[in-house]
Amino acid sequence: MKPLTLTLRERPDQRLDLSPLVPHGLAGKTAREIEQIELQTTRHRIKVGDVFRLHAGDVEQIRIQNACDRLDYVGQEMKNGELVVDGDLGIQAGRLMAGGRLTVLGNAGPWAASGMKAGVLEIRGAAGDRLGGALAGEVAGMRGGIIIVRGSVGERAGDRMRRGTIIIEGKAGPYAGSRMIAGTVIVRDAAGPLAGFLLKRGTIVLGDNRSVLSPTFIDCGEHELVAMRWLAAMIEPYSKGAAVLLRRPFVRFAGDMAVLGKGEILVGNRN
Amino acid sequence: MPLTVRGVRIDDTFAEAFGMRATAVIITADTAQWARQAALSMTGFATSVIGCGCEAGIDRELTGKQTPDGRPGIRVLLFAVSTGELQKQLQTRAAQCLLTSPGSACYAGIDGEETLRLGNALRYFGDGWQISKRFGSKHFWRIPVMDGEFVCEATTGLTKKAVGGGNLLILGRSVQATRAAAEAAVAAIRKVPDVVAPFPGGVVRSGSKVGSKYKGVPASTNDAYCPTLRGAVKTALDPDTKSVLEIVVDGLTSDAVASAMRAGIAAIVKLGPRRGATRISAGNYGGKLGPHHYHLRELLP
Repeated sequence: MKPLTLTLRERPDQRLDLSPLVPHGLAGKTAREIEQIELQTTRHRIKVGDVFRLHAGDVEQIRIQNACDRLDYVGQEMKNGELVVDGDLGIQAGRLMAGGRLTVLGNAGPWAASGMKAGVLEIRGAAGDRLGGALAGEVAGMRGGIIIVRGSVGERAGDRMRRGTIIIEGKAGPYAGSRMIAGTVIVRDAAGPLAGFLLKRGTIVLGDNRSVLSPTFIDCGEHELVAMRWLAAMIEPYSKGAAVLLRRPFVRFAGDMAVLGKGEILVGNRN
Repeated sequence: MPLTVRGVRIDDTFAEAFGMRATAVIITADTAQWARQAALSMTGFATSVIGCGCEAGIDRELTGKQTPDGRPGIRVLLFAVSTGELQKQLQTRAAQCLLTSPGSACYAGIDGEETLRLGNALRYFGDGWQISKRFGSKHFWRIPVMDGEFVCEATTGLTKKAVGGGNLLILGRSVQATRAAAEAAVAAIRKVPDVVAPFPGGVVRSGSKVGSKYKGVPASTNDAYCPTLRGAVKTALDPDTKSVLEIVVDGLTSDAVASAMRAGIAAIVKLGPRRGATRISAGNYGGKLGPHHYHLRELLP
């Protein structure tokens, strides 16, 4: 069966809330009913049919074509199925995702996969600040699932992350893995200053040894870790480059000693 | 009516076996030699549930491509009569024999309907420095030790479909020939997946009968099969039998036990009566105690 396709006609006049357009939300709805779903974020009402050309199909596999950075909350609380976005997205793509697979062929804005619980989010382009992070006032960010970003990410990727895996194939901005409670963040390229700022537990893997770390991370020497070989086998289907990095020796920095200090930054060499 | 295949007589009888609880773990190490060493330690003193708490053995060797961390490994099977005893044996053996072995790591070796605690029980050795890692449904623990880290999966599976006590009795005209037949049978059984032969080298020479003349002794020597008592007791031996050896097989499934017995019989028959055994039999308790019966005539090569 062909996928359900939504093609954006033109860049909308206001930001749109696309959170209703997820497989479990559209299950059992007719094309007509889907076109009546409201997406506005201002007082000016906008329905799906006003901004998207809809080609009916299987709601388990949704395609959003011609997307732009004014589309927010795409894939929010998604539980199952597949959602592929051709183009860029606005804020909080895949927020609170609990299953399924969300693929963004372009770039994603800030708070992508914020509070994600399970499933797979792949961003082929770049991602904004606080990837998988917590919103203001929340005690934990991402708590499960896997995020793969083929490009680079902004500040504080994995902020307050509790569980799950983030793979960044490009560069990470400052404070990658800040305030992490646990989980794994892999940055294949260079990370900005102060990765792992206030890291409690969890693992941050850096593929570039020129990253500037906080002095509250303590050098524990160079090691080859069996656990990383295991993890390499696990992530190989998602990122071959990251798997290669994990099989190499690392210098282990324990920290952040300014807080609990049960975390680690593993500095490797991707070259 | 006994059957004869290539000169080896096969009794028209059956092996009687019992349902057991079983689990499996995969042990890896930097080298195949050290993986084997850890596995040998873990499966040591595990010949019979009567005195050892569990029956255990090596199922097979694994290459780096077959193990979770890409290092050479060994799959070990453990069998016990209850889930509680199996958990206890798994935990103490993993703690004393795997955690302690240089470079070792330990992973679940079976997906079961229920799970047993593995790393979840050993993690406390880390004294607060243990690290939990999850990926998807997989969960493991990293415990800092003096040569690096002991990596151990949180749980492993449990199967209630396991069978223990499949057996072959091998009778021969000399000690050497009988031993050769037993060795050939064990070598064939080792190639069958999901089974172990838990006794020393896979072979047991002290088969037992139920009961004893002494109070409080539950089992005693199987005098009907002792060649030195041939004239003194109601013997099950032929006039020329000089030695009897038994192979006990435990398997994760009934089919695996049957396959192992079939492979063992084929190997003994192939060796022939001149160099090996003259007769194959099997041990049972009249068929009333164990639910699994393996009739030798159905397992002929």
